[in-house]
Amino acid sequence: MSNRTVVVAGAGQAGSQAAASLRDEGFQGRIVLVGAERHAPYQRPPLSKGYLTGKVPPERLALRPPSFYDDINVELRLGTPVTSIDVDARSVGLGNGERLEYHDLVLALGARNRGLPIDGADLDGVLTLRSLADAEEVRRRLPAASSVVVIGGGFIGLEIAATAVGLGIATTVFEVAEQLMARVLSPGTASFLVEAHRRRGMRIDLGTSAATITGTHGQVRAVWTSDGRSVPADLVLVGIGAVPNTEVAAEAGLLVDNGIVTDPHLRTSDPHVWAIGDCASFPCAYADGRQMRLESVQNAVAQARAVAAALAGRAEYFRAVPWFWSDQADLKIQIAGLPTGRDTVIMYGEAEQERFSAFCFAGDRLLGVESVNRPADHLAARRLLELGIPLRPVDLTRPGFDLRALASGRSAAVAPAS
Amino acid sequence: MPKVTFIRPNGETTVVDGADGTSIMQTAVSAGITEVVAECGGTLACATCHVYVHDGPIDALPEASGDEEEMLDFTACPREPTSRLSCQLPLSPQTDGLVVRVPPEQY
Ligand SMILES: Cc1cc2nc3c(=O)[nH]c(=O)nc-3n(C[C@H](O)[C@H](O)[C@H](O)COP(=O)(O)OP(=O)(O)OC[C@H]3O[C@@H](n4cnc5c(N)ncnc54)[C@H](O)[C@@H]3O)c2cc1C
Ligand code: FES
Repeated sequence: MSNRTVVVAGAGQAGSQAAASLRDEGFQGRIVLVGAERHAPYQRPPLSKGYLTGKVPPERLALRPPSFYDDINVELRLGTPVTSIDVDARSVGLGNGERLEYHDLVLALGARNRGLPIDGADLDGVLTLRSLADAEEVRRRLPAASSVVVIGGGFIGLEIAATAVGLGIATTVFEVAEQLMARVLSPGTASFLVEAHRRRGMRIDLGTSAATITGTHGQVRAVWTSDGRSVPADLVLVGIGAVPNTEVAAEAGLLVDNGIVTDPHLRTSDPHVWAIGDCASFPCAYADGRQMRLESVQNAVAQARAVAAALAGRAEYFRAVPWFWSDQADLKIQIAGLPTGRDTVIMYGEAEQERFSAFCFAGDRLLGVESVNRPADHLAARRLLELGIPLRPVDLTRPGFDLRALASGRSAAVAPAS
Repeated sequence: MPKVTFIRPNGETTVVDGADGTSIMQTAVSAGITEVVAECGGTLACATCHVYVHDGPIDALPEASGDEEEMLDFTACPREPTSRLSCQLPLSPQTDGLVVRVPPEQY
């Protein structure tokens, strides 16, 4: 396989991992990693957290050291996007005019932030956060801001809002739904989060949509809600979700449906094209095989590793346990599995101490676990899901139940149902 | 510059000049020691930065927090008495000369 060429399109979390894992798998052919951004692959999670406060300096964002790609003989093409794919000729065209032939093409194009279609969204001071360039802008402006409005109560929005509150800035979050992250979080954990942030000084208006943004001399001044209230703002962050970057795939005739559609091996509708990370819609083993798109570091890394293994001839069904973390102020929120479709939620730990896990079940089947400041519960939950160790709602309420012992194999399996 | 020696899974040793205040995990990542995976970037969320503290001024390292202590039950390679999560281990002039062993698996 030494004369094969793999082109990886998108030099982010997934793309960079795919290149590295291909070498780990012993792939000896040519690898070209093409990225639209001019930066070498970097981590996004700190951008809405420690990077904004200076706790994480820019040089610590790089996923791998500068010499790494040379060292493992990966050709980097940065600052130039893949602009076309010819699946019949098996070649891609780049923004710089270059054409690259491939044996296999890995699409790791990520997602971009959804735009806010309201008046005033183009005013100076209305920002969004996805890339390092975006984050530089937010970081530059945040210290001078006296009032921040975050539109959208998703993970990234709440992280930015929590950072702003931590800097002593008056901060308001508008969330159109009556619950935070209703599609992802159980109601109990969501309302815990609202209260925990309010205790720390954040204003969160649920059931509230931003209707217009107004300003003077082109500079943002206030956000108006659809029920006619206004909140002053000299900085507005829009965080209303992301859309996958699929255009170049769709134009090439690949199947696209809220993401580039793949099979359980992460292969697209063309046998020599694969899709991973935020841009891929794959049949998820933890959602009974439903097609879905996950936006997380874990998903990007695990899918990259899976495709690298497949290209090295070790194809397996992709079935990594999904997990995610979000750090908001001193709250570490982690989700293991996919807790949607739950009918029972059992709280474990002390919510008053802001340390607990919410175990989500469908009947007697554990779907997923949401943890707040309980990282060991989170790891235990992942282990249970990974190994299929049974755990029922009733087990959790038994006196003396020891989660870590069960998950780490130090105690016998749960007592059989009597 | 506190030095750290990494004993890699293949037996190779790599000596890295670290910087005061940065963690052993960051030191490994920026030296391209990819066997320290560090999926969560050092936020104590993943346990993929597992190392065995092998030799040197071990007492200069802070004790494991309750969370780290519990998380060590879930490392991919077996926990040993010397197991630590390297994102929780800051370098200082006192840690100069540490030797850590990197396990072969982090997942
Ligand atoms: C602010 C922020 C905070 C986050 N925090 C967390 C967190 O705490 N925990 C967590 O698990 N996840 C978090 N995430 C999500 C996580 O970062 C993403 O899921 C992950 O980066 C996805 O990796 P990816 O490679 O699919 O996409 P990306 O890392 O976004 O990389 C895609 C790359 O492809 C490039 N690209 C796009 N089109 C083209 C083209 N045509 N040609 C070439 N290149 C192209 C893009 O410019 C980009 O650089 C966060 C994301 C953001 C934005
Ligand atoms: S890097 Fe994730 S726990 Fe250390």
